[in-house]
Amino acid sequence: MNRIAEAFKGKKALIAFLMGGDPDICTTEKLIIAMAEAGVDIFEIGIPFSDPAADGPVIQAASVRALEKGCTADDLLNMVQRVREKISTPIVFLTYANSIFAYGKERFMERCRDCGVDGVVVPDIPHEERGELSDACEKFGITQIALVAPTSEERVEKIARNAEGFIYCVSTLGVTGIRDEIRTNITATISKVRNVSQIPCAVGFGISTPEQARDMASVSDGAIIGSAIVKIIGEYGAESVEPVRQYISRVRSEMDVIQK
Amino acid sequence: MKNGKFGEYGGQYVAETVMSSLKELEKAYEHYKNDAAFKAELKDLLDNYAGRPSGLYYAAKMTADLGGAKIYLKREDLNHTGSHKINNVLGQALLAKKMGKARVIAETGAGQHGVASATAAALLGLKCEVFMGKEDTERQALNVFRMEMLGAKVHPVTSGTMTLKDAVNETLREWASRLDDTHYIVGSVVGPHPFPVMVRDFQKIIGEEIKAQMLEAEGKLPDVVIACVGGGSNAIGAFYDFIEDKEVRLIACEAAGHGVDTPKHAATMTNGTVGILHGMKTYFCQDVYGQITPVHSISAGLDYPGIGPEHAYLSDTHRAEYVPVTDDEAVEAFNYLSRTEGIIPAIESAHAIAYARKIAGALGADKTIVINLSGRGDKDVASIARYMGVKIDE
Repeated sequence: MNRIAEAFKGKKALIAFLMGGDPDICTTEKLIIAMAEAGVDIFEIGIPFSDPAADGPVIQAASVRALEKGCTADDLLNMVQRVREKISTPIVFLTYANSIFAYGKERFMERCRDCGVDGVVVPDIPHEERGELSDACEKFGITQIALVAPTSEERVEKIARNAEGFIYCVSTLGVTGIRDEIRTNITATISKVRNVSQIPCAVGFGISTPEQARDMASVSDGAIIGSAIVKIIGEYGAESVEPVRQYISRVRSEMDVIQK
Repeated sequence: MKNGKFGEYGGQYVAETVMSSLKELEKAYEHYKNDAAFKAELKDLLDNYAGRPSGLYYAAKMTADLGGAKIYLKREDLNHTGSHKINNVLGQALLAKKMGKARVIAETGAGQHGVASATAAALLGLKCEVFMGKEDTERQALNVFRMEMLGAKVHPVTSGTMTLKDAVNETLREWASRLDDTHYIVGSVVGPHPFPVMVRDFQKIIGEEIKAQMLEAEGKLPDVVIACVGGGSNAIGAFYDFIEDKEVRLIACEAAGHGVDTPKHAATMTNGTVGILHGMKTYFCQDVYGQITPVHSISAGLDYPGIGPEHAYLSDTHRAEYVPVTDDEAVEAFNYLSRTEGIIPAIESAHAIAYARKIAGALGADKTIVINLSGRGDKDVASIARYMGVKIDE
């Protein structure tokens, strides 16, 4: 069993996003170690991009900060390689298609394998364009994680049938960001997935409080938290390791209330 | 065209959230493009509202001055709202209405597409919101006011470089958050499928008219068709009907800004590489890590780091030529056409005029060149004055 599947075993998975290189590579590295200790099950590391059209203001700002520090895909690959000596938590890159394409698809996936990256989530590669990356992913054993949205409707089953790793269930319309309330009917989406597959489903977009994470995880297999973490990092910069660790601990204990 | 792709270019590289809307749009467009009532309604708008067909003007003085090929100007500048943009906007706004969308959103650079969108929305009773880079709202304050007069709401975009590409990002974000009642009127032959095909179809009337008008005027097809290219809608509009007529040279002029050997240009085909952005695979100005690089052109309409996917295909297959024209050359051509023919061209279109000036003399008098005069230059007068160091009170 691969590391991603393992992360969903016997518990609700806490999946944490942070922008690679925000505020700097060294802090990202420390954050990952601290967050793994505090109970993160899967990491999504963002590769900063000049034009993050699927992201809201919080993650856009993190991308700008990381790019201003000169952070590149190579820096992040090397960072993952160093982190791998200390933790075995699965790590996936959350990246726009162009970062992979410009690097060279095969070269990118080969480097991912060599550095210990488990998978990729590419928000601008929908099911129809999946073939863009699937050969390179398969060749180097990199899991290509698919997304479903509230608008996916009859597309859900088609997407789920080919899905690997886990399914990223987008909770709401729009872009990434913090929301007071999540109104979408996640259960309906997940039951569509269940018609064709037993693959784990994790819910993301809009989750910020430990209670929201618990509620979303209770109707799925895990919760994905992004902007809420990035916001703390934006606020505390190089001093964000402790506040983020504390935040993750609170989310973890709230999520552990649910019995799988 | 297969799976929304021209060769390897195009596609649907967008968030899953908007895929269902692209499918809905594709289905609606496939239906209405063959619907007799829709076609009749659009034709009526184009003829009686936009003022089509636009004239094909023989530029006798320019021809005599350059001493070579006969020069014709396709007068898209005489359309309502002052450019070819209205052709696409009327088509998409009408389609949006048929689809039951009450609201349209659009990105704009200089403001021409925003003004055209606001115009069509006013006419057809749709709510209109326009996203425009903050820097552009300042450079083109008059167009912001114009859109507001037409009843549109203008959102200044403060992300990224605060120009056209960021306006596209922001419009995509807005669309993803409100799909039910909203249609995104993409302004050029860019974006995910079906936009590049649909916008081209709404613009191909330019080339169809050129062909008929040239056959009437000269009894033969033109030897050369020249257009400026940013995203590429006026160029593809002028070229499309000639693609199978292999003897017709198709030349697209891209913005070389301060020069293609400087960092300040928007010459996507000359200096760009293949990448993925704004829903499509095509050429972009970008660095080795795929970060989109800031582009520059004196013309806000050509100040875009990508190019429509069909152009990428026409370039790869050598059916069309893509040549760089600098700011200096464009400004010179802007002044030249104003004084020679009494026609003030849009600074975008002046790029095409500039290239025609370079090649006309070397062609024989039996040859003909059609320049697509995609827009008029009233909007550019203030910025040309600034460029030339002339102080005027706007």
